[in-house]
Amino acid sequence: QTLRKVLKMRVIVGVKRVIDYAAKVRVLPDKSGVDLNNVKMSMNPFCEIAIEEAVRLKEKKIVTEIIAVSIGAKGSQESLRTALALGADRAIHIETTARTDQDVQPLAVAKSLKFLAEKEKADLVFVGKQSIDADSAQTGQMLAGLLNWPQVTFASKLEISADKKTAKVSRESDTGSEELQLTLPAVLTADLRLNEPRFASLPNIMKAKKKPIETLTPESITGVDFTPANKVISIEDPPVRQGGIFVDTVDALIDNLKNKAKVI
Amino acid sequence: SALSAMLRAKTLLRRNSVLQRYASSLVVAEHDGAVLSAGTLSTITAASKIGGDISVLVLGKGLDAVAKNAAGVAGVTKVLVAENDALVNSLAEDVTAVVTQVAKKHTHILAASTNNGKNFMPRAAAILDSSPLSDILAVVDENTFKRPMYAGNAIATMKMTNAHKFLLVRPTAFEKAGSSGSAAPIEAVTLETPVTKSPLSTFLGASVTKSERPDLTAARVVISGGRGMKSAENFALLDSLADKLGGAVGASRAAVDAGYAPNEYQVGQTGKVVAPDLYIAVGISGAIQHLSGMKDSKTIVAINKDKEAPIFAVADFGLVEDLFKAVPEMTSKL
Repeated sequence: QTLRKVLKMRVIVGVKRVIDYAAKVRVLPDKSGVDLNNVKMSMNPFCEIAIEEAVRLKEKKIVTEIIAVSIGAKGSQESLRTALALGADRAIHIETTARTDQDVQPLAVAKSLKFLAEKEKADLVFVGKQSIDADSAQTGQMLAGLLNWPQVTFASKLEISADKKTAKVSRESDTGSEELQLTLPAVLTADLRLNEPRFASLPNIMKAKKKPIETLTPESITGVDFTPANKVISIEDPPVRQGGIFVDTVDALIDNLKNKAKVI
Repeated sequence: SALSAMLRAKTLLRRNSVLQRYASSLVVAEHDGAVLSAGTLSTITAASKIGGDISVLVLGKGLDAVAKNAAGVAGVTKVLVAENDALVNSLAEDVTAVVTQVAKKHTHILAASTNNGKNFMPRAAAILDSSPLSDILAVVDENTFKRPMYAGNAIATMKMTNAHKFLLVRPTAFEKAGSSGSAAPIEAVTLETPVTKSPLSTFLGASVTKSERPDLTAARVVISGGRGMKSAENFALLDSLADKLGGAVGASRAAVDAGYAPNEYQVGQTGKVVAPDLYIAVGISGAIQHLSGMKDSKTIVAINKDKEAPIFAVADFGLVEDLFKAVPEMTSKL
Protein backbone atom coordinates (compact mmCIF):
# COMPACT_ATOMS: atom_id res chain seq x y z
CA GLN A 1 0.00 0.00 0.00
CA THR A 2 2.86 2.39 0.77
CA LEU A 3 4.37 1.50 -2.57
CA ARG A 4 1.14 2.52 -4.27
CA LYS A 5 1.22 5.91 -2.58
CA VAL A 6 4.83 6.60 -3.48
CA LEU A 7 4.58 5.72 -7.17
CA LYS A 8 3.44 8.65 -9.24
CA MET A 9 1.59 7.80 -12.39
CA ARG A 10 1.16 10.44 -15.03
CA VAL A 11 -1.13 10.11 -18.04
CA ILE A 12 -1.05 12.20 -21.19
CA VAL A 13 -4.32 12.23 -23.12
CA GLY A 14 -4.41 13.38 -26.74
CA VAL A 15 -7.51 15.44 -27.55
CA LYS A 16 -8.59 16.53 -31.03
CA ARG A 17 -11.14 19.14 -32.00
CA VAL A 18 -13.16 18.05 -35.02
CA ILE A 19 -16.36 18.90 -36.86
CA ASP A 20 -19.20 17.63 -34.66
CA TYR A 21 -20.26 14.09 -35.51
CA ALA A 22 -23.83 15.19 -36.29
CA ALA A 23 -22.89 18.18 -38.49
CA LYS A 24 -23.21 18.04 -42.25
CA VAL A 25 -19.87 18.13 -44.04
CA ARG A 26 -19.57 20.40 -47.08
CA VAL A 27 -16.73 20.07 -49.59
CA LEU A 28 -15.30 23.43 -50.76
CA PRO A 29 -15.90 24.27 -54.45
CA ASP A 30 -12.13 24.63 -55.06
CA LYS A 31 -11.66 21.03 -53.80
CA SER A 32 -9.00 22.12 -51.28
CA GLY A 33 -10.80 20.62 -48.30
CA VAL A 34 -14.08 20.61 -46.41
CA ASP A 35 -15.56 23.87 -45.12
CA LEU A 36 -14.52 24.52 -41.52
CA ASN A 37 -16.27 27.90 -41.27
CA ASN A 38 -19.62 28.25 -39.49
CA VAL A 39 -19.78 24.58 -38.64
CA LYS A 40 -20.19 23.12 -35.14
CA MET A 41 -16.92 21.81 -33.71
CA SER A 42 -16.53 19.56 -30.68
CA MET A 43 -14.17 17.10 -29.06
CA ASN A 44 -13.63 13.93 -31.11
CA PRO A 45 -15.92 11.29 -29.50
CA PHE A 46 -13.08 8.77 -29.07
CA CYS A 47 -10.97 11.39 -27.26
CA GLU A 48 -13.81 11.86 -24.74
CA ILE A 49 -13.58 8.15 -24.02
CA ALA A 50 -9.80 8.41 -23.59
CA ILE A 51 -10.21 11.29 -21.10
CA GLU A 52 -12.92 9.39 -19.22
CA GLU A 53 -10.65 6.38 -18.81
CA ALA A 54 -7.85 8.55 -17.40
CA VAL A 55 -10.25 10.25 -14.98
CA ARG A 56 -11.57 6.89 -13.77
CA LEU A 57 -7.99 5.78 -13.04
CA LYS A 58 -7.43 8.97 -11.07
CA GLU A 59 -10.63 8.38 -9.10
CA LYS A 60 -9.34 4.90 -8.27
CA LYS A 61 -6.14 6.57 -7.00
CA ILE A 62 -4.04 4.73 -9.57
CA VAL A 63 -3.19 7.80 -11.63
CA THR A 64 -1.84 10.94 -9.95
CA GLU A 65 -1.88 13.48 -12.78
CA ILE A 66 -3.68 13.86 -16.12
CA ILE A 67 -2.28 16.15 -18.82
CA ALA A 68 -4.53 16.86 -21.82
CA VAL A 69 -2.74 17.77 -25.06
CA SER A 70 -4.18 19.20 -28.26
CA ILE A 71 -2.68 20.34 -31.55
CA GLY A 72 -4.59 22.83 -33.67
CA ALA A 73 -6.04 26.29 -34.03
CA LYS A 74 -6.97 28.56 -31.09
CA GLY A 75 -10.36 26.80 -30.86
CA SER A 76 -8.59 23.66 -29.63
CA GLN A 77 -8.40 25.41 -26.26
CA GLU A 78 -12.16 24.91 -25.93
CA SER A 79 -11.67 21.15 -26.22
CA LEU A 80 -8.85 21.38 -23.67
CA ARG A 81 -11.17 23.29 -21.29
CA THR A 82 -13.70 20.48 -21.73
CA ALA A 83 -10.98 17.96 -20.87
CA LEU A 84 -10.08 20.01 -17.78
CA ALA A 85 -13.75 20.19 -16.76
CA LEU A 86 -13.98 16.41 -17.12
CA GLY A 87 -11.06 15.93 -14.72
CA ALA A 88 -7.70 16.63 -16.43
CA ASP A 89 -5.30 18.56 -14.17
CA ARG A 90 -3.57 20.73 -16.76
CA ALA A 91 -3.33 21.12 -20.50
CA ILE A 92 -0.82 21.76 -23.25
CA HIS A 93 -1.85 23.38 -26.52
CA ILE A 94 0.43 23.19 -29.56
CA GLU A 95 -0.99 26.03 -31.61
CA THR A 96 -0.97 25.86 -35.40
CA THR A 97 -3.13 27.30 -38.15
CA ALA A 98 -2.52 24.23 -40.36
CA ARG A 99 -5.62 22.11 -41.02
CA THR A 100 -5.67 19.21 -38.56
CA ASP A 101 -8.04 17.13 -40.70
CA GLN A 102 -5.66 16.80 -43.64
CA ASP A 103 -2.34 18.68 -43.24
CA VAL A 104 -1.23 17.92 -39.67
CA GLN A 105 -0.74 14.20 -40.18
CA PRO A 106 -0.61 11.42 -37.56
CA LEU A 107 3.19 11.04 -37.81
CA ALA A 108 3.74 14.68 -36.72
CA VAL A 109 1.14 14.29 -33.95
CA ALA A 110 2.78 11.05 -32.76
CA LYS A 111 6.22 12.71 -32.74
CA SER A 112 4.82 15.66 -30.77
CA LEU A 113 3.22 13.33 -28.24
CA LYS A 114 6.52 11.44 -27.95
CA PHE A 115 8.34 14.71 -27.23
CA LEU A 116 5.80 15.57 -24.51
CA ALA A 117 5.67 12.03 -23.08
CA GLU A 118 9.43 12.17 -22.57
CA LYS A 119 9.45 15.76 -21.30
CA GLU A 120 6.61 15.14 -18.84
CA LYS A 121 7.82 11.64 -17.90
CA ALA A 122 4.44 10.12 -18.71
CA ASP A 123 3.70 6.49 -17.76
CA LEU A 124 0.71 6.13 -20.07
CA VAL A 125 -0.57 7.90 -23.17
CA PHE A 126 -4.25 7.59 -24.10
CA VAL A 127 -5.70 8.62 -27.45
CA GLY A 128 -8.91 7.79 -29.27
CA LYS A 129 -8.83 4.92 -31.78
CA GLN A 130 -9.46 7.38 -34.62
CA SER A 131 -10.55 10.94 -35.29
CA ILE A 132 -13.87 11.16 -37.10
CA ASP A 133 -12.56 13.78 -39.56
CA ALA A 134 -9.40 12.18 -41.03
CA ASP A 135 -10.50 8.62 -40.08
CA SER A 136 -6.83 7.52 -40.12
CA ALA A 137 -6.61 5.41 -36.93
CA GLN A 138 -2.80 5.76 -36.83
CA THR A 139 -1.57 8.14 -34.12
CA GLY A 140 -1.51 5.82 -31.09
CA GLN A 141 0.24 3.00 -32.93
CA MET A 142 2.84 5.39 -34.38
CA LEU A 143 3.50 6.87 -30.95
CA ALA A 144 3.96 3.41 -29.42
CA GLY A 145 6.39 2.51 -32.22
CA LEU A 146 8.41 5.72 -31.80
CA LEU A 147 8.64 5.26 -28.02
CA ASN A 148 9.15 1.50 -28.30
CA TRP A 149 6.29 1.06 -25.82
CA PRO A 150 3.65 -1.67 -26.05
CA GLN A 151 0.26 -0.72 -27.47
CA VAL A 152 -3.32 -1.72 -27.01
CA THR A 153 -5.43 -0.47 -29.90
CA PHE A 154 -9.24 -0.52 -29.96
CA ALA A 155 -9.12 -1.04 -26.19
CA SER A 156 -12.31 -2.14 -24.48
CA LYS A 157 -10.90 -2.82 -21.01
CA LEU A 158 -7.90 -1.71 -18.96
CA GLU A 159 -6.78 -3.00 -15.56
CA ILE A 160 -3.52 -1.76 -14.05
CA SER A 161 -1.70 -4.08 -11.63
CA ALA A 162 -1.21 -3.04 -7.98
CA ASP A 163 2.52 -2.44 -8.50
CA LYS A 164 1.72 -0.31 -11.58
CA LYS A 165 4.23 -2.27 -13.65
CA THR A 166 1.84 -4.13 -15.93
CA ALA A 167 -1.68 -3.84 -17.33
CA LYS A 168 -4.23 -6.42 -18.39
CA VAL A 169 -6.10 -5.16 -21.41
CA SER A 170 -8.81 -6.28 -23.83
CA ARG A 171 -9.03 -5.13 -27.41
CA GLU A 172 -11.68 -5.43 -30.11
CA SER A 173 -10.40 -7.79 -32.81
CA ASP A 174 -11.86 -8.67 -36.20
CA THR A 175 -13.52 -11.79 -34.83
CA GLY A 176 -14.27 -10.89 -31.20
CA SER A 177 -11.87 -9.73 -28.55
CA GLU A 178 -8.33 -10.41 -27.36
CA GLU A 179 -6.78 -10.22 -23.91
CA LEU A 180 -3.18 -9.06 -23.55
CA GLN A 181 -0.76 -8.22 -20.77
CA LEU A 182 1.38 -5.13 -21.34
CA THR A 183 4.53 -3.96 -19.58
CA LEU A 184 4.12 -0.30 -18.60
CA PRO A 185 4.68 2.39 -19.83
CA ALA A 186 2.19 1.87 -22.67
CA VAL A 187 -0.03 3.54 -25.25
CA LEU A 188 -3.78 2.91 -25.38
CA THR A 189 -6.25 3.81 -28.14
CA ALA A 190 -9.84 3.91 -26.94
CA ASP A 191 -12.68 2.04 -28.61
CA LEU A 192 -16.34 2.98 -28.10
CA ARG A 193 -16.72 0.01 -25.73
CA LEU A 194 -14.12 1.21 -23.22
CA ASN A 195 -16.48 3.34 -21.16
CA GLU A 196 -19.41 5.75 -21.15
CA PRO A 197 -18.01 9.30 -20.92
CA ARG A 198 -19.58 11.60 -18.30
CA PHE A 199 -20.86 15.12 -18.85
CA ALA A 200 -18.97 18.02 -17.29
CA SER A 201 -20.91 19.56 -14.38
CA LEU A 202 -21.28 23.32 -14.12
CA PRO A 203 -19.07 23.62 -10.98
CA ASN A 204 -16.39 21.59 -12.77
CA ILE A 205 -16.64 23.82 -15.86
CA MET A 206 -16.11 26.84 -13.56
CA LYS A 207 -13.17 25.15 -11.82
CA ALA A 208 -11.63 24.26 -15.18
CA LYS A 209 -11.31 27.95 -16.01
CA LYS A 210 -8.66 28.25 -13.31
CA LYS A 211 -6.63 25.26 -14.48
CA PRO A 212 -3.50 26.05 -16.51
CA ILE A 213 -3.16 25.69 -20.29
CA GLU A 214 0.41 25.97 -21.56
CA THR A 215 0.73 27.12 -25.17
CA LEU A 216 3.58 25.87 -27.35
CA THR A 217 4.48 26.46 -31.00
CA PRO A 218 5.20 23.62 -33.44
CA GLU A 219 8.75 25.03 -33.73
CA SER A 220 9.33 24.46 -30.01
CA ILE A 221 8.64 20.73 -30.37
CA THR A 222 12.19 19.53 -31.03
CA GLY A 223 12.68 17.12 -33.89
CA VAL A 224 9.20 17.32 -35.39
CA ASP A 225 8.66 18.42 -38.97
CA PHE A 226 5.01 19.35 -39.38
CA THR A 227 5.24 19.45 -43.21
CA PRO A 228 2.78 16.79 -44.43
CA ALA A 229 4.43 13.86 -46.22
CA ASN A 230 1.12 13.12 -47.96
CA LYS A 231 0.01 16.08 -50.09
CA VAL A 232 -3.63 16.83 -50.79
CA ILE A 233 -4.30 16.84 -54.54
CA SER A 234 -8.06 17.27 -54.12
CA ILE A 235 -10.95 16.69 -51.73
CA GLU A 236 -14.20 15.85 -53.49
CA ASP A 237 -17.75 14.76 -52.84
CA PRO A 238 -18.33 11.00 -52.95
CA PRO A 239 -20.35 9.63 -55.88
CA VAL A 240 -24.10 10.10 -55.38
CA ARG A 241 -26.37 7.04 -55.44
CA GLN A 242 -29.25 6.95 -57.87
CA GLY A 243 -32.61 7.44 -56.15
CA GLY A 244 -34.51 4.27 -55.34
CA ILE A 245 -38.18 3.30 -55.20
CA PHE A 246 -40.66 2.37 -52.51
CA VAL A 247 -42.40 -0.99 -52.82
CA ASP A 248 -45.74 -1.74 -51.15
CA THR A 249 -45.48 -5.43 -50.35
CA VAL A 250 -42.95 -8.13 -49.53
CA ASP A 251 -43.95 -9.84 -52.79
CA ALA A 252 -43.05 -6.73 -54.80
CA LEU A 253 -39.74 -6.51 -52.94
CA ILE A 254 -38.84 -10.13 -53.71
CA ASP A 255 -39.91 -9.67 -57.33
CA ASN A 256 -37.65 -6.61 -57.72
CA LEU A 257 -34.68 -8.34 -56.10
CA LYS A 258 -35.13 -11.39 -58.35
CA ASN A 259 -36.00 -9.79 -61.66
CA LYS A 260 -34.78 -6.21 -61.62
CA ALA A 261 -31.70 -6.17 -59.39
CA LYS A 262 -31.03 -9.91 -59.98
CA VAL A 263 -29.36 -10.29 -56.59
CA ILE A 264 -31.36 -13.28 -55.25
CA SER B 1 34.78 -0.22 -79.88
CA ALA B 2 34.46 2.98 -77.92
CA LEU B 3 31.08 3.67 -79.46
CA SER B 4 29.57 0.31 -78.55
CA ALA B 5 31.04 0.59 -75.04
CA MET B 6 29.36 3.96 -74.72
CA LEU B 7 26.05 2.59 -75.98
CA ARG B 8 26.32 -0.34 -73.59
CA ALA B 9 26.99 2.05 -70.70
CA LYS B 10 24.01 4.16 -71.74
CA THR B 11 21.72 1.12 -71.86
CA LEU B 12 22.92 0.03 -68.43
CA LEU B 13 22.34 3.50 -67.08
CA ARG B 14 18.84 3.57 -68.50
CA ARG B 15 18.11 0.11 -67.14
CA ASN B 16 19.29 1.22 -63.70
CA SER B 17 17.11 4.31 -63.66
CA VAL B 18 14.16 2.14 -64.74
CA LEU B 19 14.96 -0.27 -61.92
CA GLN B 20 14.99 2.57 -59.45
CA ARG B 21 11.56 3.73 -60.41
CA TYR B 22 10.23 0.20 -60.57
CA ALA B 23 7.69 -0.40 -57.83
CA SER B 24 8.24 -3.33 -55.53
CA SER B 25 5.29 -4.08 -53.28
CA LEU B 26 5.17 -6.08 -50.08
CA VAL B 27 1.75 -7.38 -49.06
CA VAL B 28 1.62 -8.43 -45.41
CA ALA B 29 -0.84 -11.32 -45.42
CA GLU B 30 -3.68 -12.24 -43.12
CA HIS B 31 -4.44 -15.94 -43.10
CA ASP B 32 -6.02 -18.76 -41.13
CA GLY B 33 -3.04 -21.09 -41.51
CA ALA B 34 -4.41 -22.57 -44.77
CA VAL B 35 -5.46 -19.75 -47.12
CA LEU B 36 -5.08 -15.99 -47.46
CA SER B 37 -8.01 -13.92 -46.17
CA ALA B 38 -10.42 -12.31 -48.67
CA GLY B 39 -9.06 -8.92 -47.57
CA THR B 40 -5.52 -9.96 -48.45
CA LEU B 41 -6.66 -11.11 -51.92
CA SER B 42 -8.16 -7.64 -52.47
CA THR B 43 -4.94 -6.07 -51.20
CA ILE B 44 -2.98 -8.07 -53.81
CA THR B 45 -5.26 -6.59 -56.50
CA ALA B 46 -4.52 -3.08 -55.17
CA ALA B 47 -0.79 -3.87 -55.32
CA SER B 48 -1.12 -5.07 -58.92
CA LYS B 49 -2.61 -1.67 -59.85
CA ILE B 50 0.58 -0.02 -58.54
CA GLY B 51 2.66 -2.17 -60.89
CA GLY B 52 5.98 -3.93 -60.38
CA ASP B 53 6.78 -6.99 -58.31
CA ILE B 54 4.49 -8.21 -55.53
CA SER B 55 5.94 -10.15 -52.62
CA VAL B 56 3.55 -11.63 -50.08
CA LEU B 57 4.87 -11.91 -46.53
CA VAL B 58 3.25 -14.64 -44.42
CA LEU B 59 3.97 -14.70 -40.71
CA GLY B 60 3.28 -17.31 -38.05
CA LYS B 61 3.97 -20.96 -37.48
CA GLY B 62 3.26 -23.98 -39.73
CA LEU B 63 2.99 -21.89 -42.88
CA ASP B 64 3.53 -24.51 -45.62
CA ALA B 65 -0.11 -24.64 -46.72
CA VAL B 66 -0.73 -20.89 -46.70
CA ALA B 67 2.59 -20.18 -48.46
CA LYS B 68 1.56 -22.61 -51.21
CA ASN B 69 -1.83 -20.94 -51.43
CA ALA B 70 -0.24 -17.47 -51.67
CA ALA B 71 2.19 -18.66 -54.37
CA GLY B 72 -0.74 -19.56 -56.61
CA VAL B 73 -2.49 -16.19 -56.43
CA ALA B 74 -2.51 -14.11 -59.62
CA GLY B 75 0.00 -11.25 -59.55
CA VAL B 76 2.19 -12.67 -56.80
CA THR B 77 5.87 -12.82 -57.81
CA LYS B 78 7.34 -14.15 -54.58
CA VAL B 79 6.21 -15.51 -51.21
CA LEU B 80 8.31 -14.66 -48.16
CA VAL B 81 7.82 -16.89 -45.15
CA ALA B 82 8.57 -15.78 -41.58
CA GLU B 83 8.17 -18.84 -39.35
CA ASN B 84 8.50 -17.95 -35.70
CA ASP B 85 6.70 -18.84 -32.45
CA ALA B 86 6.70 -15.15 -31.56
CA LEU B 87 4.44 -14.35 -34.53
CA VAL B 88 1.61 -16.78 -33.85
CA ASN B 89 -0.75 -14.29 -32.18
CA SER B 90 0.03 -11.34 -34.49
CA LEU B 91 0.97 -8.96 -31.66
CA ALA B 92 1.87 -5.56 -33.09
CA GLU B 93 5.23 -5.41 -31.32
CA ASP B 94 6.39 -8.75 -32.79
CA VAL B 95 4.92 -8.38 -36.29
CA THR B 96 6.46 -4.91 -36.57
CA ALA B 97 9.92 -6.28 -35.78
CA VAL B 98 9.73 -8.38 -38.96
CA VAL B 99 7.78 -5.99 -41.19
CA THR B 100 10.13 -3.03 -40.62
CA GLN B 101 13.12 -5.12 -41.71
CA VAL B 102 11.47 -6.50 -44.86
CA ALA B 103 9.78 -3.17 -45.70
CA LYS B 104 13.15 -1.45 -46.22
CA LYS B 105 13.58 -3.43 -49.46
CA HIS B 106 10.20 -2.33 -50.91
CA THR B 107 8.65 0.87 -52.25
CA HIS B 108 5.10 -0.01 -51.17
CA ILE B 109 4.00 -1.94 -48.10
CA LEU B 110 0.34 -2.94 -48.08
CA ALA B 111 -2.08 -4.71 -45.76
CA ALA B 112 -5.84 -5.08 -45.56
CA SER B 113 -7.53 -2.36 -43.54
CA THR B 114 -8.78 -4.64 -40.77
CA ASN B 115 -8.33 -4.26 -37.00
CA ASN B 116 -5.25 -6.44 -37.39
CA GLY B 117 -3.77 -4.38 -40.26
CA LYS B 118 -4.58 -1.09 -38.54
CA ASN B 119 -2.85 -2.40 -35.42
CA PHE B 120 0.66 -3.05 -36.77
CA MET B 121 1.00 -1.00 -40.01
CA PRO B 122 1.14 2.53 -38.50
CA ARG B 123 3.59 1.27 -35.87
CA ALA B 124 5.88 -0.14 -38.57
CA ALA B 125 5.54 3.00 -40.71
CA ALA B 126 6.50 5.31 -37.83
CA ILE B 127 9.62 3.27 -37.12
CA LEU B 128 10.67 3.87 -40.77
CA ASP B 129 9.67 7.57 -40.43
CA SER B 130 6.93 7.15 -43.01
CA SER B 131 3.38 8.55 -43.15
CA PRO B 132 0.80 5.89 -44.07
CA LEU B 133 -2.52 6.26 -45.86
CA SER B 134 -5.46 4.39 -44.34
CA ASP B 135 -8.37 2.77 -46.13
CA ILE B 136 -7.35 3.47 -49.73
CA LEU B 137 -10.19 3.10 -52.26
CA ALA B 138 -8.31 3.57 -55.53
CA VAL B 139 -4.81 3.64 -57.01
CA VAL B 140 -4.36 6.70 -59.28
CA ASP B 141 -0.65 6.09 -59.88
CA GLU B 142 2.17 4.57 -57.87
CA ASN B 143 2.37 7.66 -55.62
CA THR B 144 -1.24 8.82 -55.67
CA PHE B 145 -4.23 7.24 -53.95
CA LYS B 146 -7.85 7.99 -53.05
CA ARG B 147 -9.21 7.55 -49.56
CA PRO B 148 -12.37 8.53 -47.65
CA MET B 149 -12.55 11.11 -44.87
CA TYR B 150 -15.43 12.30 -42.67
CA ALA B 151 -17.19 8.93 -42.62
CA GLY B 152 -17.03 8.73 -46.40
CA ASN B 153 -18.55 12.19 -46.95
CA ALA B 154 -15.38 13.46 -48.64
CA ILE B 155 -12.94 11.61 -50.89
CA ALA B 156 -9.33 12.76 -50.71
CA THR B 157 -6.77 12.24 -53.48
CA MET B 158 -3.36 12.18 -51.79
CA LYS B 159 0.17 12.12 -53.20
CA MET B 160 2.72 10.30 -51.05
CA THR B 161 6.32 11.51 -50.87
CA ASN B 162 7.97 9.01 -48.49
CA ALA B 163 10.37 6.42 -49.93
CA HIS B 164 8.46 3.58 -48.26
CA LYS B 165 4.75 4.01 -48.84
CA PHE B 166 2.57 2.26 -46.26
CA LEU B 167 -0.99 1.61 -47.42
CA LEU B 168 -3.97 0.10 -45.65
CA VAL B 169 -6.34 -1.12 -48.33
CA ARG B 170 -10.14 -1.10 -48.04
CA PRO B 171 -10.94 -4.66 -49.17
CA THR B 172 -14.40 -3.86 -50.53
CA ALA B 173 -12.91 -1.34 -52.99
CA PHE B 174 -10.87 -3.97 -54.89
CA GLU B 175 -11.82 -7.32 -56.44
CA LYS B 176 -10.26 -10.40 -54.87
CA ALA B 177 -7.23 -11.65 -56.83
CA GLY B 178 -7.89 -15.05 -58.42
CA SER B 179 -5.64 -18.01 -59.03
CA SER B 180 -2.73 -17.68 -61.47
CA GLY B 181 -2.61 -21.37 -62.33
CA SER B 182 1.14 -21.30 -61.65
CA ALA B 183 3.27 -21.04 -58.53
CA ALA B 184 5.55 -18.18 -57.47
CA PRO B 185 8.79 -19.06 -55.66
CA ILE B 186 8.57 -19.46 -51.88
CA GLU B 187 11.53 -18.49 -49.70
CA ALA B 188 12.27 -18.04 -46.02
CA VAL B 189 12.63 -14.37 -45.19
CA THR B 190 16.15 -13.22 -44.29
CA LEU B 191 16.34 -10.91 -41.31
CA GLU B 192 19.35 -8.94 -40.11
CA THR B 193 17.98 -8.96 -36.58
CA PRO B 194 16.35 -12.26 -35.64
CA VAL B 195 12.93 -11.97 -34.01
CA THR B 196 12.55 -12.92 -30.38
CA LYS B 197 9.30 -12.57 -28.45
CA SER B 198 8.93 -8.96 -27.29
CA PRO B 199 8.70 -8.67 -23.50
CA LEU B 200 6.45 -5.61 -23.95
CA SER B 201 3.28 -7.53 -24.71
CA THR B 202 1.96 -11.02 -23.94
CA PHE B 203 -1.07 -12.74 -25.47
CA LEU B 204 -3.39 -14.08 -22.79
CA GLY B 205 -6.31 -15.31 -24.87
CA ALA B 206 -9.08 -14.50 -27.32
CA SER B 207 -12.81 -14.87 -27.39
CA VAL B 208 -14.09 -15.44 -30.88
CA THR B 209 -17.71 -15.16 -31.92
CA LYS B 210 -18.36 -18.40 -33.79
CA SER B 211 -20.66 -18.39 -36.77
CA GLU B 212 -21.61 -20.86 -39.47
CA ARG B 213 -22.41 -17.98 -41.78
CA PRO B 214 -20.01 -16.28 -44.22
CA ASP B 215 -17.62 -13.61 -42.99
CA LEU B 216 -19.39 -10.26 -42.76
CA THR B 217 -16.83 -8.34 -44.82
CA ALA B 218 -16.75 -10.93 -47.61
CA ALA B 219 -20.41 -12.02 -47.74
CA ARG B 220 -22.44 -11.58 -50.94
CA VAL B 221 -25.56 -10.78 -48.90
CA VAL B 222 -25.67 -8.91 -45.58
CA ILE B 223 -28.76 -8.49 -43.40
CA SER B 224 -28.30 -5.90 -40.65
CA GLY B 225 -30.50 -5.02 -37.71
CA GLY B 226 -30.77 -1.78 -35.79
CA ARG B 227 -32.44 -0.44 -32.70
CA GLY B 228 -35.80 -1.41 -34.23
CA MET B 229 -34.99 -5.09 -33.49
CA LYS B 230 -35.83 -4.36 -29.83
CA SER B 231 -33.98 -7.37 -28.36
CA ALA B 232 -31.13 -9.81 -28.91
CA GLU B 233 -33.66 -12.67 -29.25
CA ASN B 234 -35.31 -10.91 -32.18
CA PHE B 235 -32.04 -11.07 -34.12
CA ALA B 236 -33.02 -14.72 -34.73
CA LEU B 237 -35.45 -13.33 -37.35
CA LEU B 238 -32.45 -11.96 -39.26
CA ASP B 239 -30.56 -15.23 -38.79
CA SER B 240 -33.37 -17.15 -40.51
CA LEU B 241 -33.45 -14.72 -43.44
CA ALA B 242 -29.63 -14.80 -43.68
CA ASP B 243 -29.71 -18.62 -43.78
CA LYS B 244 -32.22 -18.54 -46.65
CA LEU B 245 -30.03 -16.12 -48.63
CA GLY B 246 -26.63 -17.56 -47.64
CA GLY B 247 -25.80 -14.20 -46.11
CA ALA B 248 -24.11 -12.74 -43.04
CA VAL B 249 -25.76 -10.80 -40.21
CA GLY B 250 -24.61 -7.30 -39.27
CA ALA B 251 -25.80 -4.58 -36.91
CA SER B 252 -25.88 -0.85 -36.40
CA ARG B 253 -24.04 0.75 -33.50
CA ALA B 254 -27.39 1.36 -31.77
CA ALA B 255 -28.11 -2.37 -31.82
CA VAL B 256 -24.62 -3.22 -30.56
CA ASP B 257 -24.74 -0.59 -27.80
CA ALA B 258 -28.13 -1.91 -26.70
CA GLY B 259 -26.59 -5.38 -26.41
CA TYR B 260 -28.73 -6.91 -29.19
CA ALA B 261 -25.67 -7.99 -31.20
CA PRO B 262 -21.95 -8.53 -30.51
CA ASN B 263 -19.51 -5.73 -31.30
CA GLU B 264 -17.89 -7.48 -34.25
CA TYR B 265 -21.26 -7.38 -36.05
CA GLN B 266 -21.07 -3.59 -36.24
CA VAL B 267 -21.18 -2.06 -39.71
CA GLY B 268 -20.14 1.58 -40.07
CA GLN B 269 -17.43 4.22 -39.71
CA THR B 270 -16.09 2.66 -36.53
CA GLY B 271 -17.07 -0.90 -37.30
CA LYS B 272 -16.70 -2.93 -40.47
CA VAL B 273 -17.04 -1.69 -44.02
CA VAL B 274 -19.07 -3.97 -46.26
CA ALA B 275 -20.05 -3.76 -49.94
CA PRO B 276 -22.11 -6.87 -50.70
CA ASP B 277 -24.30 -7.42 -53.74
CA LEU B 278 -27.34 -7.11 -51.47
CA TYR B 279 -27.56 -5.22 -48.18
CA ILE B 280 -30.82 -5.42 -46.26
CA ALA B 281 -31.14 -2.82 -43.49
CA VAL B 282 -33.83 -3.82 -41.01
CA GLY B 283 -35.00 -1.36 -38.37
CA ILE B 284 -32.00 0.89 -39.02
CA SER B 285 -32.58 4.65 -39.26
CA GLY B 286 -29.43 5.25 -41.34
CA ALA B 287 -27.14 7.63 -39.42
CA ILE B 288 -24.13 9.02 -41.34
CA GLN B 289 -21.88 6.73 -39.30
CA HIS B 290 -23.79 3.62 -40.42
CA LEU B 291 -24.10 4.66 -44.08
CA SER B 292 -20.31 5.06 -44.12
CA GLY B 293 -19.93 1.31 -43.73
CA MET B 294 -22.47 0.07 -46.32
CA LYS B 295 -23.32 2.71 -48.91
CA ASP B 296 -21.11 1.09 -51.56
CA SER B 297 -23.28 -2.04 -51.53
CA LYS B 298 -24.57 -2.88 -55.00
CA THR B 299 -28.26 -3.09 -54.03
CA ILE B 300 -29.62 -1.67 -50.77
CA VAL B 301 -32.98 -2.63 -49.27
CA ALA B 302 -34.47 -0.79 -46.30
CA ILE B 303 -37.28 -2.17 -44.18
CA ASN B 304 -38.47 0.42 -41.66
CA LYS B 305 -41.73 1.66 -40.16
CA ASP B 306 -40.63 5.29 -40.41
CA LYS B 307 -41.01 6.61 -43.94
CA GLU B 308 -38.80 9.61 -43.06
CA ALA B 309 -35.81 7.46 -41.96
CA PRO B 310 -32.61 8.63 -43.74
CA ILE B 311 -31.85 5.03 -44.77
CA PHE B 312 -34.50 5.35 -47.50
CA ALA B 313 -32.38 8.07 -49.18
CA VAL B 314 -29.71 5.49 -50.10
CA ALA B 315 -32.02 2.47 -50.55
CA ASP B 316 -32.75 1.08 -54.00
CA PHE B 317 -35.87 -0.59 -52.64
CA GLY B 318 -37.69 0.69 -49.59
CA LEU B 319 -40.48 -1.11 -47.76
CA VAL B 320 -42.36 0.93 -45.14
CA GLU B 321 -43.65 -1.80 -42.86
CA ASP B 322 -43.30 -3.36 -39.40
CA LEU B 323 -40.16 -5.49 -39.57
CA PHE B 324 -41.75 -8.13 -37.29
CA LYS B 325 -44.26 -8.77 -40.05
CA ALA B 326 -42.14 -8.16 -43.16
CA VAL B 327 -39.02 -10.16 -42.26
CA PRO B 328 -40.78 -13.48 -41.39
CA GLU B 329 -42.96 -13.08 -44.49
CA MET B 330 -39.90 -12.55 -46.66
CA THR B 331 -38.15 -15.55 -45.09
CA SER B 332 -41.15 -17.81 -45.71
CA LYS B 333 -41.55 -16.69 -49.32
CA LEU B 334 -37.94 -17.19 -50.36
